Amino acid sequence: MALSSEQGSRLADLFKGHEDAIIASWTEEIARTTRGRLSRAELQRQTSELQKGFQTALRGGAPNLHDDLAAELRAQLAELSSTRARQGFTANETAVGVFALKDAMLELVQKGDEADAGALRDYIAFSAFVDQAALFTFDTYVRIREELIADQAEQLLELSTPVVKLWEGVVAVPLVGTLDSARAQVVMERLLQTLVDTGSPYAIIDITGVPAVDTQVAQHILKTVVAARLMGADCIISGIRPQIAQTIVALGIEFGDIATKATLADALRHVLRLTGTKRQER
Amino acid sequence: MERVPVLKIGDILLVSIQIDMEDQVALQLQEDLADKIVVTGCHGVIIDISALDIVDSFVGRTLATIASVSKVLDADTVVVGMRPAVAITLVELGLSLPGIRTALNVELGMKLLAQEREQYELDLEDEDEEPAVSTR
Repeated sequence: MALSSEQGSRLADLFKGHEDAIIASWTEEIARTTRGRLSRAELQRQTSELQKGFQTALRGGAPNLHDDLAAELRAQLAELSSTRARQGFTANETAVGVFALKDAMLELVQKGDEADAGALRDYIAFSAFVDQAALFTFDTYVRIREELIADQAEQLLELSTPVVKLWEGVVAVPLVGTLDSARAQVVMERLLQTLVDTGSPYAIIDITGVPAVDTQVAQHILKTVVAARLMGADCIISGIRPQIAQTIVALGIEFGDIATKATLADALRHVLRLTGTKRQER
Repeated sequence: MERVPVLKIGDILLVSIQIDMEDQVALQLQEDLADKIVVTGCHGVIIDISALDIVDSFVGRTLATIASVSKVLDADTVVVGMRPAVAITLVELGLSLPGIRTALNVELGMKLLAQEREQYELDLEDEDEEPAVSTR
């Protein structure tokens, strides 16, 4: 039910006439749901600003929240849900904070002498408007949260895949955390690029920090090793913990002729023997 | 038609592929290289593919054929400088380029060939000694 411009201006008048009462009662409602996580003064400031936003939108004659006339109010609501999302409030609490305006308004309508059919119609139209506003905060909240998660995932990807140089001609990749397809791809690309950049013919993939190895993870590691071989570098897998060794055997994963070592130290010793004493061996 | 130059450096023939490996170019290279190995008597071939964006199954097979032909003419072949993106694509396609030896760059390729040659000559010496031991 869209708000007509007369209803809008009547409601705006009502807001104007009872500003302090609305702010007080609204703040009271929100304070009950936030349970002291926000100071009263802070809430008071937020509600009074929002109240002004509602008043301006209604005065301007916005038929619904998605109208251009309510753009300023939308920006305020987006700002509110963005801060709430970052402060760790739930989506529910954020939306209820807006719904509370209806209760504050209802008190006012009941209290007034003009509680007739006209006022009721105004109230219902206004209620629909507030519902839109609350749903809008809900949407914004979810979007902000999703952005947060995407950012964190990206940061994780950036942080967790270093390729370090261990020795002249030997690089190592200490894998930490679960290896999914996206990370495996990043690890593979970084490792291969580093091999080219440093001209290192040996790479050690250390899986001490990988909590579990299933067929998929093994597949990713094998692909990396094969790609490195195609380019002319040899890979050694190290840091295989006892349980992981048992899992690998139980799952029937074959590492073929790829060298596997229990510790990084063993792997480094193995590589140094290959590079250093090749001549003497022969 | 474009041709890939074959350069002689010491005991090694260096082929740096800078153009798209079309079928005709690949076959021409195969012929040129075989001729050059016979003429120069080199014992090593390095094929640099660091400028190649795409290595498909045909190029892969040509490289394998070149390696086999060179082997018959007593020359070892090393393919060097494969790009990471190329290696990843080959792995995803399930192509492992059998019969081709690889190294990261030309320098490591030359080192690999030198080791191979040394090993080969050591083996020859061992064979020479063996009859003397058995007659004793």
